[in-house]
Amino acid sequence: MAKIEVLTGTGAAAYGAKLARVEVVPAYPITPQSATVEYIASMIADGELDAEYVEVESENTAMSICQGASLAGCRVFTATSSVGLAYMHSPVWHAASLRLPIVMAIANRAIGIASLWCDHSDAIELRDTGWMQFYAENNQEILDTIIQAYRIAEDKRVLLPAMVNFDGFYLSHLADSLEIPDQEAVDKFLPRYKPEHVYLDPERPIRYGGLATPQDFTEYRYKQHEAQENAKTVITEVGEGYGKAFGRKYGLLDEYRSKDAEAVLVTMGSMTGTARAVVDKLRAEGKAIGLVKLRTFRPFPAEVLRSLLAGKRSVGVVERSISAGSWGPAFPEVRAALYDLPERPVVLDFVVGLGGRDVRLEDVENAARKTYEAVERRLEEKTDWIQVRL
Amino acid sequence: MSKRRLPTVKELPPCKTTSAPESVKTGSWRSFKPVFSRDECAKCGMCWMYCPEGAVKMLPDGFFEVDYEYCKGCGVCANECPTKSIQIVRE
Amino acid sequence: MSRVFKELYTPEEAVAPGFSTCPGCAMPIVYRHAINALGKNTVSIHAAGCAAAMAAVTLVSATSSLFENAASFAAGVKIGLTKKGRSMNVLAFIGDGGTVDIGLQALSGAAERGDPIIYLCYDNEAYMNTGIQRSSSTTMGAWTSTTPVGKVKRGKRSTPKDVPMIMAAHRIPYVATASVAYLLDFVRKVKKAAEVTQKGEGMAYIHVHSPCPTGWGFPTEKSVEVARLAVQTGMWPLYEVDHGVLRITQTVKERKPVAEYLRAQRRFRHLAEEEIKKVQSYVDGRCLEIEGRQQQPK
Repeated sequence: MAKIEVLTGTGAAAYGAKLARVEVVPAYPITPQSATVEYIASMIADGELDAEYVEVESENTAMSICQGASLAGCRVFTATSSVGLAYMHSPVWHAASLRLPIVMAIANRAIGIASLWCDHSDAIELRDTGWMQFYAENNQEILDTIIQAYRIAEDKRVLLPAMVNFDGFYLSHLADSLEIPDQEAVDKFLPRYKPEHVYLDPERPIRYGGLATPQDFTEYRYKQHEAQENAKTVITEVGEGYGKAFGRKYGLLDEYRSKDAEAVLVTMGSMTGTARAVVDKLRAEGKAIGLVKLRTFRPFPAEVLRSLLAGKRSVGVVERSISAGSWGPAFPEVRAALYDLPERPVVLDFVVGLGGRDVRLEDVENAARKTYEAVERRLEEKTDWIQVRL
Repeated sequence: MSKRRLPTVKELPPCKTTSAPESVKTGSWRSFKPVFSRDECAKCGMCWMYCPEGAVKMLPDGFFEVDYEYCKGCGVCANECPTKSIQIVRE
Repeated sequence: MSRVFKELYTPEEAVAPGFSTCPGCAMPIVYRHAINALGKNTVSIHAAGCAAAMAAVTLVSATSSLFENAASFAAGVKIGLTKKGRSMNVLAFIGDGGTVDIGLQALSGAAERGDPIIYLCYDNEAYMNTGIQRSSSTTMGAWTSTTPVGKVKRGKRSTPKDVPMIMAAHRIPYVATASVAYLLDFVRKVKKAAEVTQKGEGMAYIHVHSPCPTGWGFPTEKSVEVARLAVQTGMWPLYEVDHGVLRITQTVKERKPVAEYLRAQRRFRHLAEEEIKKVQSYVDGRCLEIEGRQQQPK
């Protein structure tokens, strides 16, 4: 029977890995994720998790150990944030190219300007790598998504690594009451990892992951792209299956009161909870507003987004990172997904919560009201930095 | 000469994987070649041991011969041969 | 049949011919015999460098890591295999660049953790594959493309990093230096390394001198001879540190003057007498140090 426990986000991530019966966990500390690897160390030390704990000397090594162990046929897990993720930048690219179904928990923390606090810039900048990216709204989602991520990643149609992102401090350090599924039920949902595309067999030697020449690089990159497309189907399938098995259904997106809305907010991560409250407040005023939560950023769910946002008057993308010299990263992708609609909604971009600045109700309300009031496109719509003090 | 047909996306594995040795016919590189003489050969095996290419093969009777498809003509075998029974000649 | 064969000979060559290293390159000699000594139940990890050519022709499973993480990647493979209850030799075959410079952190971490891999560094004293750029393993005074000889600067200034001693300081169960000119000694060391890692005791590290005719400037047929000179002049002492006990494996009774070794290579052609004397005193000091550390077995 599932049990209820109060866990922080880091605890939820650790429990997810434990229930997924991961076999090798390289561990390196970094704020705000350190507790994840500490929890796992305790679980292994107490015999609750039968895994090899590798005390690595850097994050680059953490990802390298993940790759090596995955190549040997093990299910692997690690966790990092911000500059730690940057330190494994090279092997992160390599892991996606080696098509290894590694799952990594990331407690999102700002990168660049020295900071300890939350924003999405660390993971978002790796959107081109080929890794799938999930953004959790709450601690329950962290646990559920890690379990699903293994099943999705290891699916023969996908074979791509996955990042399970959760907001640093807002989710990593705040405790919530979670439903922990039963290990037996998870075992039924998630079978053991049995790779076919990699094998270390002395009778059948292979050269794996060598130099791709100009003659085949395009094809291998296309295969990754295809796998990301397949992932859209697999994520939906697995999310529905999870719903049947554990009572909580998941998909590429989640929507709240958007069906009859005229204006819709698009959010990612823990701020979605705040946005739901703002939607309710504005609805109470009689404004037809709703929200769509991007649960997956990679693969980018363009088709589902388009079908949900078709016919809307305006869309407000509220995001927690900025691409210096451009817009926020989600905005151009949302806009591009809607570009081909015969009637295009007005799409606005709002940047909030950088470097751990609280995304308060009034900030989301600011974005929501502006989105609701946007009836027609303005020339040269610029990104709205809601919280900046100019 | 027909153009080599390259594999399509469908035919390739998920990640670059090869199973056979991808040998280059390095014999075409050389300007000099080793000539083995049996008269002084002591069957010590230095040539086989030190050939960087692994192009020196041991014969059943204990003597050695060169696989000229791969021999790059570096001359290490001749330099190491203790009885000087290998001559390097211009090709 | 010669003694050579009794120790080295295997019925099947574990490496096929036909790889794109320079004629006379000593590295494939090292690799071929290492793989022959380790046998079929081996997985070979390669990083960027000349040895990437070996990944194409080896007849054991091989995979490529990135440049900085060869030791960690290999460690991951070994840890994964062990978790699955499988035992294979995991060989990391990496050049000096990927070991003493960019790869040192990963190597140190794996050594400290006791990851039971065989780390074989073939040292051609520069980043040869990218065009003879200096590494911290390059002998002082040497010309390289990033330490060229001109009016103001004359080759590499610093002495080479002594990575075998660094690895010995990590107290790993087995460290050894080897040379392509002393193949029996090398193969014995590879077999010891295999034994130590198969028992799961920890990392085994072998640092092999591998002369490069292209980068050092000598005729292609002299590769093995130059390596032999390095040992005979004391430039490349052959020793092992077996569970903490240092033993010189190739005694050189009367060391040849180091000038003989230096003059055989174009990369040292510019060295003045004073500079050669400096190299000689460096070699003398180092040999004294190693002889001093040698312990007699009880």
